[in-house]
Amino acid sequence: MNDALRNAALWCRACAVAALALCAALAMPAVFATAAGPAPTAEVKIAKFEYGPKEITIAPGTKVVWTNADETPHTVTSNDKSFASKGLDTDDKFEHVFSKEGDFGYICTVHPFMTGVVHVHKQ
Amino acid sequence: MSKRDSDGSGHNPARRQALSCLASWTGAAVVWTVAGGVPHALGATGSGTPAAAAPNALTFVQISDTHIGFRKQANPDVVGSLRRAIAEINALPQAPAFVVHTGDVSHLSKPEEFGQARELLQELRVDRVHTVPGEHDTIDEGVTGYLKHFDHDGNGKAWYSFDQAGVHFIGLNNVLNFKAGTLAALGDEQLAWMKGDLARVSSSTPVVVLGHIPLWTIWERWGWGTADSAQAMALLRPFGSVTVLNGHIHQVLQKVEGNIALHTAMSLAYPLPTPGEAGIGEPGPVTVPAGELGKLLGTRQLTLVRGSHQLALIDRPLVV
Repeated sequence: MNDALRNAALWCRACAVAALALCAALAMPAVFATAAGPAPTAEVKIAKFEYGPKEITIAPGTKVVWTNADETPHTVTSNDKSFASKGLDTDDKFEHVFSKEGDFGYICTVHPFMTGVVHVHKQ
Repeated sequence: MSKRDSDGSGHNPARRQALSCLASWTGAAVVWTVAGGVPHALGATGSGTPAAAAPNALTFVQISDTHIGFRKQANPDVVGSLRRAIAEINALPQAPAFVVHTGDVSHLSKPEEFGQARELLQELRVDRVHTVPGEHDTIDEGVTGYLKHFDHDGNGKAWYSFDQAGVHFIGLNNVLNFKAGTLAALGDEQLAWMKGDLARVSSSTPVVVLGHIPLWTIWERWGWGTADSAQAMALLRPFGSVTVLNGHIHQVLQKVEGNIALHTAMSLAYPLPTPGEAGIGEPGPVTVPAGELGKLLGTRQLTLVRGSHQLALIDRPLVV
């Protein structure tokens, strides 16, 4: 083995040790975070009488947060009644965690021409 | 315009332009006479003062869309606007028999908003105030919260009728009964009630209908129409004189269909854009320069002369 190869091998071993150390340092907190930390979050902005984006696709367990940016109140009300916000005034938020797979259509009950869909699928 | 006209909505652009022209009248008081369903302009009165009504006339006032609870830039003082309108109504030379409020009494359907609105409306020096709900009055629990303060006849419904001075009045709720992606509707139960109610009324009796959302489709994309209005219109068509008073769109528009004249009213809270207005894609509050707001808010005085089927309307802005 020449010096160059020896140095490379040592470098790799050092990397592996460092990586293992890093894993050891992070493994427990990482698991802990998964168990009790916040769910992944997706945002929907309500502006100009539209949900943006109108349709989103998320994994089960994801929390969706709607924020009303209009000066007019809106709601987020699912067609199957599985979730429903109160009337949202300007800057009010509504959140819902989607645990089950499926396609969840929703409307604004103040302006029923406003529609949106949350697609929940394993990714 | 061309992009919107080809969007497949089925909306007639020529009609929309005509509606836009009509909407531009909101800055002046215009006196209308409706005889046999055909309106004739009598001319604007410079001071907004109505001509003296005949002694046997029924005079009442329509207000609409007070949005008590709204505090945004388009009108930070909706209470002040309503109070000004109340002062003007109380100062009318001929006291109106009653006042009708065509919906959106509150902004967010909150109990305190309904309570404050009710207290303010009690400052009107009239015998009664008849209200119908707007979609802002039914946000969280349908009409339940609204009816706690504005149940007209104690029946637990937001629709009703009454007779006064030989005129049959009907109040409707056309802000619920929707399916996803559609316009709100009256619904089968209310239409059946309306049919039974009108069966008791002779076709020569003038009929006045109150409803929040226009009973004709002005601009479907903004929800400015009632899904089953054709069924209501069919029930009203046999009558010799029908006047439909709506709110919701915060501007004055008129339409005549046979003997049925439909009128939308100004708001007492904030202006909304004209349907199809360039650059505005949603029916949100419009902020206008200081001093301009009062010209876009206002009240409507209506006078019916008994036996003549004549109806005079004066749309009067808060600032003339």
